[in-house]
Amino acid sequence: MRSPDQHDPEVSGSQALASNGDAAMGILSLLVMMCRRELLVAIRNPGQWLNPVLFFVVVVSLFPLGVGPSPATLALIAPGVLWVSALLAVMLSLDALYSSDFADGTLEQYVLSGQSLSLIVLAKVLVHWMLSGIPLLLLSPLLAMLLHLPGSAVGVLMLSLLIGSLTLSLIGSIGAALTLGLNQAGVLLSLLVLPLTVPVLIFGSAAVSAAASDLSATGQLWLLAALLALAASLAPLTAATALRNGVASNP
Amino acid sequence: MFKWLHRFGSAPFVYRLATVVSPWLGFACLVIMLAGLYLGLIVAPADYEQGESYRIIYVHVPAAILSMFVYVVMAVSSAIFLIWRMKLADIVAQASAPIGASFTFLALATGSLWGKPMWGTWWIWDGRLTSELVLLFLYFGYMALRSAIEHPQGAARAAAVLAVVGVVNIPIIHYSVEWWSTLHQPATITKIGKPTIHRSMAIPLFLMIIGFQLLYAYVLLLRTKIGILQREGRAAWVAQLPEMSRV
Repeated sequence: MRSPDQHDPEVSGSQALASNGDAAMGILSLLVMMCRRELLVAIRNPGQWLNPVLFFVVVVSLFPLGVGPSPATLALIAPGVLWVSALLAVMLSLDALYSSDFADGTLEQYVLSGQSLSLIVLAKVLVHWMLSGIPLLLLSPLLAMLLHLPGSAVGVLMLSLLIGSLTLSLIGSIGAALTLGLNQAGVLLSLLVLPLTVPVLIFGSAAVSAAASDLSATGQLWLLAALLALAASLAPLTAATALRNGVASNP
Repeated sequence: MFKWLHRFGSAPFVYRLATVVSPWLGFACLVIMLAGLYLGLIVAPADYEQGESYRIIYVHVPAAILSMFVYVVMAVSSAIFLIWRMKLADIVAQASAPIGASFTFLALATGSLWGKPMWGTWWIWDGRLTSELVLLFLYFGYMALRSAIEHPQGAARAAAVLAVVGVVNIPIIHYSVEWWSTLHQPATITKIGKPTIHRSMAIPLFLMIIGFQLLYAYVLLLRTKIGILQREGRAAWVAQLPEMSRV
């Protein structure tokens, strides 16, 4: 199961890490190196990050078909629908966060390399967010228009998705690490992660609802930022612990 | 100083302790619950506002308190397992999960039955009910992850990480009635100052809470014994247990 990337020295992360000997890499250099590698791999596999974006569009389009096309109803449910669809799209894409690296043994090399595993996780999550969260929020104004969301709310929608999608990716990385190598990883991952993402969903859609009613959404946005701070500080460490365990128990 | 604490890491010691202690816990649980139910269902007066239907409080509140308590026990023993690799801590966590899920379900069900005559609705998506439902999902997720991973050690550590991550929900449940406007009753017995519940109703409530705690302890010890046997079934000390001679 060797991918053509394995022979590319830029992409074969294990070689790059090993060539540094026993010295621990600096925080920034490790982060930059891992981000470059992840971006290279992702750009060469467009299907992986394109699918969740298309999923987002399709799911949002299903709601008017199911609920009825009345603009008033759609405008009412638009914040929640957009946020839940974004949440599900992020969950869908998290499956692939570690799976290909796990399959060809690169993940094991990361764990064995002695470099900071939580930084590696952070780099992976950042690139995952760049390729799944950012396209979602760039598409959201178009979908907001489809659901007749008032124009005043679109700015808040994009801002809440910007903060919230990164939080979702961070929390989801813990779930992806816990379900490493399992058969029905995607479903189990969603079952584990969705209860933990409930606060993000609540504040995210509350922010958009408030903005749609021309009320201030600052409180909700600050709380979203606080949740991001909590996730950014604790999730990489937790995911690294779970990865070590997953790699050790899945030879 | 911690020599007595290390004994709790020994499976034979804990097994024998559980065998000795659990009948007393079970008996005490029975007596206290019967006393609490008698005082609560028969002796305590009817509520001036809710009439007789408030009496479901004697099951609903203890179940809710226990649902959160059991999760905290699960999270703490998971943390102990992760940090000090104490196998018995993991056995306790695994044993607690179904008990906690049952208490959570009981709290949600009795709350729903109480809500229909009181609030006019079986369910409402306020802070407390939503976070209690999330707690149920966390219990299910713990048990699902546990059974999904084949490697027993790997499953134990992964589930332990999940339990510790989910403990953030417990303060949310507890403070939800303060942070958000809600139909649910705010805190009455953990408030500082004069509690807003009458003594004749508070005493059976406390008795029921203690009774539920004893029930949890009793069932936990039984399930811990089973967990120890499942993992150490081939050990020499197991073959020498008195109950094995009957097999």
